[in-house]
Amino acid sequence: MEKKQVFEGVKVADFTWSIAGPMATRELAEHGATVIRVESHKYPCPMRRAGSMLGRSASINGSFVFANFNTNKLGISLDLSKPKGQEAARRLVKWADIVGESFGPGVIARFGLDYESVRKIKPDIIYFSTSLQGQYGPHSRYQAWGWQAASLAGFYETVGWPDRLPTGIPGAYTDQIAPYYTVCALIAALDYRRRTGKGMYLDQAQFEVGVTFAEPSLLDYGVNGRILKRRGNRDPYAAPHGSYRCQGDDSWCAIAVATDNDWEAFCEVIGNPAWTRDQRFASPAARKENENQLDRLVEEWTVRHSAPDVMRMMQERGVPAGVVQKNEDLFNDPQLRHRDSHERLNHPELGTVLHQRPAYRLSRTPCRLTSTGPNLGEHNEYVFKEILGFSDDEIADMLIEGAITTEADMPGAR
Amino acid sequence: MKQRVDTEPLLGSHRVLDLTDEKGWFCGKILGDLGADVIKVEKPGGDPARTTGPFYHDVPHPERSLPWMYCNSSKRGITLDIEATAGRDVLRSLVRSADFLIESFSPGYMEGIGMGYEAVGAVNPGIVFTSVTPFGQSGPYKDYEVSDIVLWAMGGVMATCGDKDRAPVRCSVPQAYYFAGLQAATGSMVAHYHRQLTGEGQYVDVSIQESVLLNVPNSVMTWDTFQRNTIRSEGMRVRMLYPCKDGRVVCSIGGAGVGWTQSTIALTNWMAEEGMAEELADIDWHNFNPGAATPEQVQRAEEILGAFFLTRTKQELYEAAVQRGFSLAPSSTPKDLREDVQLAARDFYIEVEHPELGDTVTYAGAPLQMSHHHWGIHRRAPLIGEHNEEVYQTELGLLPEEVAALRRDGVI
Repeated sequence: MEKKQVFEGVKVADFTWSIAGPMATRELAEHGATVIRVESHKYPCPMRRAGSMLGRSASINGSFVFANFNTNKLGISLDLSKPKGQEAARRLVKWADIVGESFGPGVIARFGLDYESVRKIKPDIIYFSTSLQGQYGPHSRYQAWGWQAASLAGFYETVGWPDRLPTGIPGAYTDQIAPYYTVCALIAALDYRRRTGKGMYLDQAQFEVGVTFAEPSLLDYGVNGRILKRRGNRDPYAAPHGSYRCQGDDSWCAIAVATDNDWEAFCEVIGNPAWTRDQRFASPAARKENENQLDRLVEEWTVRHSAPDVMRMMQERGVPAGVVQKNEDLFNDPQLRHRDSHERLNHPELGTVLHQRPAYRLSRTPCRLTSTGPNLGEHNEYVFKEILGFSDDEIADMLIEGAITTEADMPGAR
Repeated sequence: MKQRVDTEPLLGSHRVLDLTDEKGWFCGKILGDLGADVIKVEKPGGDPARTTGPFYHDVPHPERSLPWMYCNSSKRGITLDIEATAGRDVLRSLVRSADFLIESFSPGYMEGIGMGYEAVGAVNPGIVFTSVTPFGQSGPYKDYEVSDIVLWAMGGVMATCGDKDRAPVRCSVPQAYYFAGLQAATGSMVAHYHRQLTGEGQYVDVSIQESVLLNVPNSVMTWDTFQRNTIRSEGMRVRMLYPCKDGRVVCSIGGAGVGWTQSTIALTNWMAEEGMAEELADIDWHNFNPGAATPEQVQRAEEILGAFFLTRTKQELYEAAVQRGFSLAPSSTPKDLREDVQLAARDFYIEVEHPELGDTVTYAGAPLQMSHHHWGIHRRAPLIGEHNEEVYQTELGLLPEEVAALRRDGVI
């Protein structure tokens, strides 16, 4: 018999969408929780479109992005603006231990599913809201995308070259940070409820999540008045420090030389050319001072070798170095493969799809990836009948009212 | 939710032994901010990474390192030479009363000093033992030397950052160890819950490379499906970042979907009121198909937006975005963040007394607000050996002369 998973028996009503919410509930699902993702054909999750954005399938169920973000979940399609939809949702939250939502602040109250309403149905509910700027405050109704949260939190100004416009970290940066904080809080809340019988409310602002990763730049401003500027790949404590062009098309290797020991090893690797003994590079401070010249000389060596060779040669002498890995490199990375970082699961439309596992491995209660993200409404019958106890007649009424949505409700379907 | 029901520290009855260097600091901070009693165990003389700047008032000093102060807040601190026999005995006693042990030594180091998971688990079967290493405990790269930039490169984010005609870049605020600490805290919490239910501890093996990789969650799948790399600066067809009067803003228009349409109309209406929408005023955004726009049309739209943004400050543009409902954000500097009205209204920042500096220092606050707990800094980062007496004498019950002997022998 397989060992019981950590969150077996924990039930989650998941009204979130996009990335930050679904990635949090996925973490619980991979450790045994029963997660029911509530969607609607009227407003499909943006991640269901992300597969087609990447150029493959226009189908609502054909996105590997959605598949990866929603592992192990059950999926139902429900219109929360319909009375019967709300009735089903009330039954769902009564069933649940955890409710999650990521609507714009105030929106879920229109469906009678805000924390205060849910608490009347389920007094010890653990309820989390994740939004861009939080549930209250003058900017709480602000609407934007994840990359604007990244920009708000300062992750555009600090990435790029000092002589050019910043480039920023592309994508919805804070969406990759927020879910794990949510999971930490939810587990603490589950344990608190186990001990005290009390539920809890969590209000997450993805903007604030980002700012927790922006230190120490805010402290530096606060106590020293300094505004950190982007500095390419420069580091105050190391030179050479950067990504250096290698043999091949757009191929790069990162190298970081901080100490004199690192420098000596580095010089040996590149064959101790005469310039390495130049006074300009005789100490860490001198190397910092003459960094532009140094970078050029380093690159004269790296361009003659492939990036994996540069990494291997440096690492053999203990110099920190690593290939700037692109999708192909990551796919073939022997270390990621050694750790089974991704697991292949069957997908009804895409054949098989890779799903990334968490970055931690638990020795006794490992995560278990059992199924890819659900098709829209895939588990309607099971959830409405077996879990929520609706009769066939009631389900038929819900379909007639449009409370259970179908493909006919999709935008552009009529 | 400003008013909290009560403020019981959620992990208040749990003790964490934090043996990490900068790679794993952030894990202990998260557990500490959640209320755990985190004891940072440093080498006699202090954690070598206390020499990392920037420093308070730019004076390099081990008690003034700002990265250290942030990532070790909500912890107490002791010094201990865990390689000395006497030090190991003390650590073994500490392990008995601990619920978590976090370390970031090279794979095999803890086993080498007789304090690997097997040994520690034998002393305390309920312990959650978390290792944070660059590539995990085993595999071809497990002994590779790293730094932030190397992990940013190996984890796949760097390839997506920067301009196409220059080298890929990292973030000038090092990020890799934040992701590692957060993954370590998450894994530790999952293991903690299992321990709470069953009494059984376990080993948690965290890879920093995989933690960074979570930022490019579609990378491996994109290769698997399309055999396509993601080239930096090519992710978005439409430009995002524009200079304005006093800085920069991030905005784009004309994407597909209801949110985009509403946002685009709100912005172009405002520009039309100001007489600066040009031909953007004539576009039927409800039926606009971004996929059909020609490069010339896109470029023209960017010129019109760019010209308008230059007439306003980032604050003016941001306030208008909030009021009128279009999606635009300032490209914030630390100054913008410290002056942000939303963060102020939510009491995001935390003022922490530093008596040794004669000052109060303002720190970034919590990643979320909880109704029954104050997630946040509960004490400033410890000075070197600050809690030696408290931990060794009061809590561990060593006699003053035993502590004096340890100190004489350089163990603490």
